[in-house]
Formats: sequence, structure tokens, C-alpha cells
Amino acid sequence: MTTISTPKQTGGRKAGRRSPLASVALIAIGLLFTGGAYAAFSTSTASAETNAASQQTVGEGQKLFAANCATCHGLEAAGTEAGPSLIGVGAASVDFQVGTGRMPMQLNGPQAEKKAVQFTDEQIASLAAYVASLAPGPALPDASLLDGEGDAANGAELFRINCAMCHNVAGAGGALTQGKYAPALAGVTEKHIYEAMVTGPQNMPVFNDMNISPESKRDIITYLKYLDNNPSPGGFALGALGPVSEGLFLWIFGLGSIVALTVWITAKSN
Amino acid sequence: MSTATTTTELVETKKSGGLTGAAANYIDERTSISTAVKELGRKIFPDHWSFLLGEVALYSFVIILLSGSFLTFFFSASMTPVEYDGSYMPLKGVEMSAAMASSLDISFDIRGGLLMRQVHHWAALLFVAAIGLHMLRIYFTGAFRKPRELNWVIGFVLFILAMAEGFTGYSLPDDLLSGNGLRIIDGMVKGMPLVGTWISFLLFGGEFPGEAIVGRLYSLHILLLPAIIVALIAMHLLFVVVHKHTQYPGAGRTNQNVVGYPVLPVYAAKAGGFFFIVFGIVMLMASLFTINPIWNYGPYDPSPVSAGTQPDWYIGFADGALRLIPPGLEFVWLDRTWSFNILIPLVTLGLFILVVLIYPFIEAWVTGDKREHHILDRPRNAPTRTAIGAAGVTFYAVLWATASSDIIATHFKVTMEGVIHTMQFLAIVGPFIAFFVTKRICLALQKKDREIVLHGYESGRIVRLPGGEYIEVHQPVDEYERWKLVSYNDYKPLMIRPNSQGKITVGQKARAGMSRWFFEDRIEPVSSTELERSHSDHH
Repeated sequence: MTTISTPKQTGGRKAGRRSPLASVALIAIGLLFTGGAYAAFSTSTASAETNAASQQTVGEGQKLFAANCATCHGLEAAGTEAGPSLIGVGAASVDFQVGTGRMPMQLNGPQAEKKAVQFTDEQIASLAAYVASLAPGPALPDASLLDGEGDAANGAELFRINCAMCHNVAGAGGALTQGKYAPALAGVTEKHIYEAMVTGPQNMPVFNDMNISPESKRDIITYLKYLDNNPSPGGFALGALGPVSEGLFLWIFGLGSIVALTVWITAKSN
Repeated sequence: MSTATTTTELVETKKSGGLTGAAANYIDERTSISTAVKELGRKIFPDHWSFLLGEVALYSFVIILLSGSFLTFFFSASMTPVEYDGSYMPLKGVEMSAAMASSLDISFDIRGGLLMRQVHHWAALLFVAAIGLHMLRIYFTGAFRKPRELNWVIGFVLFILAMAEGFTGYSLPDDLLSGNGLRIIDGMVKGMPLVGTWISFLLFGGEFPGEAIVGRLYSLHILLLPAIIVALIAMHLLFVVVHKHTQYPGAGRTNQNVVGYPVLPVYAAKAGGFFFIVFGIVMLMASLFTINPIWNYGPYDPSPVSAGTQPDWYIGFADGALRLIPPGLEFVWLDRTWSFNILIPLVTLGLFILVVLIYPFIEAWVTGDKREHHILDRPRNAPTRTAIGAAGVTFYAVLWATASSDIIATHFKVTMEGVIHTMQFLAIVGPFIAFFVTKRICLALQKKDREIVLHGYESGRIVRLPGGEYIEVHQPVDEYERWKLVSYNDYKPLMIRPNSQGKITVGQKARAGMSRWFFEDRIEPVSSTELERSHSDHH
């Protein structure tokens, strides 16, 4: 068999251009060329579309910013004496501050308080797009990190180590210096929890991805949602404030009702 | 015939007592218990709501013993690290001590365990609170006077022991909160000069937290401390029986009698029923309200400290004292660190506790009164004592409130610094304000009582006399009411007198000074001559 085939092969080599390798290479080159050209064409149209759309959103955002935020943050968002620069704070920061109603701030106080949200979701998105267009910064979190399907046990441990010293182990909130405080976390949306961790609003430190990985942030959100969705196994939680509310309850309601009953018991005989 | 009659007689006598009588007879012949029953059963107790506060403490202690015994069946007092594998999801797979894991098992995997834990903890809070309130009643009515000074001391030692029981129990589950509490104790111990570090290492079996402390606290919590408490409670109650119960002043009540109801059947029924009331309230609290959610706190780890970390209420005053101390009181001298930020609160609290402990002896020395007192003082009739008590309560309350400075700051929207500075001011000035205000109120109330005894109540009826004069007719106070208003002891400031050698000692001078301070401002009780004169004025 081999002796017969060898001359055939030499014959084929004479033909040169007919080599199977050559045709494979040709097809590959052809495919690459057309595919590449198509891909290049299609991406250029797509990006042109998004560019047009985001250009519009950014424009909307810029108008909203100029009307509502520029008084303190400056027309270029570069900050004034009244408010910090927003260059590089990212979309996440805007979404958190405006989405929880903290911004625009209506009252000067130790810290911006959570209040009724002042803008629609679209307006918030425009503002976020505008601020994000100024310089790169933390983007809005991916939905897969907010599903609350992470490891609650790991999240609880991370929460105790990183968050509980200000927010209390049960997320009930706590005091900071000079009238500032860490707010209670019950009922805060997954997205806002994530954004707060990434951007460190007000007195909160930034927990970047090197510090707590996105998966761990997902775990923390899972734990906080567990607390939201599962009432205390022991009954009413008394604000989850710990021994102070327990002591107060015992003195006022516990001992109070017992003293009332002692009065009742001894009054009967008179 | 004769034999027959005797047998029937025998049968009849047996029948008259029945089984109960026979059994009682059987027991009495072997124990002579009838003497004790006769003595105790006819014991008279006066009726007043404030006399039941000590009972509340006793009943809480019984509840604590019962629920605590249940908990010991399942609790493992070991700090060996284990991986939690119970049913509380957010702690699954977390490494923790066996103590913490078994406490979680009690809470989630043992039938009735969480209820029993909450019963135990609520009852413990109630126990100390009831002792505190009982003690205030004793103090403000002067029930600690002769012959009851020693019982005051026993009661106060019980209060301290109850706090120790509470603190050791709080530390047993080895959760984050209890570990933080122990760390503060460790810091306070280490703050003592020279011996501090040694004592800390002895206590924790090495560097904090070590692996020994839970086991050691457990021995104290379930063995030594309860044994001492039971013994002291027995002594306390024995003294109540020996001294007879005090009573409030009133018609027919004297130092020689006790007006009230006998233990059998009235008080036995009342007190027995009251036990179930207290039990019921504790059960209600335990089944409806979470206490010490260790599942939130998680296992102890020296690095995290939660916001809102506080001790149980009865240790709050000590925590508050630490929070009140201004910064900058720690310095290095003689190659050692002197932590006056810890020593000042330690010494202040020590002195406060000592003064409360020996107060009956201080007052006895000042008054020089050696008589027995079985009639209680109405608080207004001992203005200086009541004022001292109010000052002490204010001081304690300020320290106590300071322990929750952070919660006050967040819930009343004020600054933490503002709360602390206000409390620092109140801790020093508050007791003085309370003293003067209370003393003035007491004296004013005494004056009002005096006025009522002498002139009766204003009736609002204006009468014109035949001569044209208008008078307001006062309605005289009835004799029962008057008894309450006039019967109290009055002390005059002691005169300084030279002793047998004709000398005036320093002690004499101090005593006279104290006596003047106590009794300078006073309203004398209405005497019978005054009373007669006032009556002849009117009629």
C-alpha cells in the first residue's frame, strides 16, 4: 500500500496549488476576511446607535444636573465650597445618592438624610450617565450580584467583621461622631447596598473589589435580605438594639405590670 | 359490753381525723413539725403593695433555677472549636466554640429550648430589677434601722451576687456580645496597677480570650454563686421572720404589734397565687419578645465589635462610668502605664457600693438612736435621708443612662459628644440638685401635713358670723388619718458634750457636724398640746 501511494503523493506535489492544506488556508482566509469585515461593520453601526442614545441620555442628565445639582457641585461637576467634585464618582454613586433621596440635599445637617426620592428612575439613569461620562468610576452593579442567592453564612461573617461596628450586627444602625450615624439597613434595596459598599457614601468607607470581592458583596446582600425576610425566631425583636431596649422593656412593661398587679392584690383586701 | 364500747370508741376517734389527720399525726410524731406550722401559720404580715417586691425577686429566682436546670441539660461549657451544623442557616459551617454551638442548638434544635433560654434571661433581668426596687423601698421607708441593719447588708450582698450571676451567665454563650463584655472586664482588670496583668492571666488561663474562661464562669454560675445566694436568701427570710415585718404608720399600729393577716390561710394563698402571676408574666415576655439573639451576634471573634454593644441593664452603670471618663488620663510613670481612665471609675463605683452597704450604720451613728424601729417612716418624714437617696438614685441613673449614650444619640437625633458632655455635667451636679429639691419637697409636704392636722382641710364653705365676720370652715381631719400624719420620730441636732475626761474628741465633733447637717432643717410633729389648742381655737 505505501509503495503504491508514494508515487501518487509525488505526483500531487507536482500539482502544487492542489494541496489540501492550501485550500484549508484559503477558506480560512476567506472566512476571516468576510467575517471580520461583517463584524467590523456591524459593531460600528451598533456603537453608533448606543452612542446616539447615550449622547441623548447624557445630554438629558447634563440638563438635570445643571438645574438641580450644579448649585453645590458646580456646572462642570468639579465641586464648589458647598459640595464635593463628582468627577470619577461613577454611576453607582449617583444612583445611590439620588435613588435613596439623599441627593439633592435639602437641609444642611451632620449628614444627608434618606428621604422621598426626588426624580424618576429615568431621570436618575440620565444623571448617572452624565456623571459617568465625565470620568471612569464605579458602574451600576450587574444584576447577577443582586439576586440574594449567595452564601448567607459567609455574608454574615463578613458583615460582622466589616459592617457591624457602625451598622450593628442586626443592621439596626448606630451612632457616629458629631451627630452623624450609620443608618439602619432593613428594607434597603440590594442595588443600593451594593452601590454603598462600592462608593462609600458620606462617612462610609469604600469597600472596593480588592477588599471585598463582588461575590462576597453578593453574600453580604444575601445575609441582609435573609434578615429582612425572616423575622426574629424569638418573637418581637424590640428594634434589635440589644440590651438597652431589653432593659427598658423589662423595667417599663415587665416590672411595671408586676407592680400594678401587686397593687391590685393588696387593694382587694381593703 | 365494755370491751365492745371501747372498740367502737377507738374506731370513732380514728374516723374523726380521717386519713389526713392520721397522716398529719404520723408526720408530727416523727418531726414535731406542728410547732413550726403553728408558729409560721399564725405569723402576721401587714398588707401593702410595696411589701411584695421582695417576693417578686424570690419568685424570679425560683423561675431562674427551674429554667436554668433545663438549660444545663443541653449546654456544653467548652471552648473547643467546632463547625456549626445546626438549623440556623446564616451560621452554617461557621467555626465557633462548643459553648456557642450548644447555645444555638438550644435555641433552634431542642424543643422548648429557645423559650427556656428566654425565660431564663428575662427572669434574670427581672430578678435584679425586683431586688433593686425592693431595696429602694427599704431605703426610703427607713426599714434598715435597728434591728434590721444586718439584713440590709445581706440583701445588698445578694444584689451584688445577683449581678455577678447575671454577668457570668451573659458570658456563657460565647457569642460576640458576651465576648465584648468579657474584653471590657479584662481591660478593667488589666488597668489595675501592678497586679492587673497577673490577675487577668490567672482568670483567663493565659492571654485573653484563651480556652478556659467559659468553663470557669460556668462553675461559678451554676455552682458557687447559686449556693451562696440560696444560703443568703434563707438567712434573709429567717431574719424577716425573727424581726417580724415592718408596717406603715396608721391607726392602731405601734412598735409593739403587727397589724395584718396571718400567713395561713390568707398569705399562703396570696403569695402562692402571686408566684404564678410572676411566672405568667415572665412566660408571656419570653414567648413574645426576643432577648439576647445570639444568632445575630454570631460567635465571638476578638476583631469585630458591634454598634450598640451594651451589657445587660444591671451592669450598665459600670459601663456608663467608663464612658463618662474624659480622655487623656493615661500616662507612663516609673516604667508602668497608669490607666486612671479605668482606675477612677473603679474606685468611684467601689466607694459608691461601700457607702450603700454601710449606710444603716452611718445613719445609726449620726442619730445615736439605739431603739428598735418597726414602724416605717414615710419618706417625707426623714427629709435628709430621702434627699440622700434621691441624690444616689440620680447618680446611679446618670451612669446607667450613659451606658446607652449611642442609642440616645441616634434615637433623639443629638450628637454623641453632646450626650456624653451633658451626662458628665449631670453626674456631678445632678445629685446636688436632686438633694436640695427633694429635701425642700419633703419639708414642704411635712408643713402641709402639719397644717392639715392643726386646721383640717379647706372645705370652701364661707360662713358669716352674727357679728358680720366671715370665716372659712375647715373640715377637721379624722382620727385615723391624723394618726398617720403625726406619728413619726423627730431628731434634734446633737449637742457637743465633753466626755468623761472633759475633752471634746474629733469623732464627737464630726458626729455633731453630721447630725446638724441631717436635722438642722426639720418640721416637728404636731404635739397633743398643739392639737388641743388648735381644736379649742376652732370650736
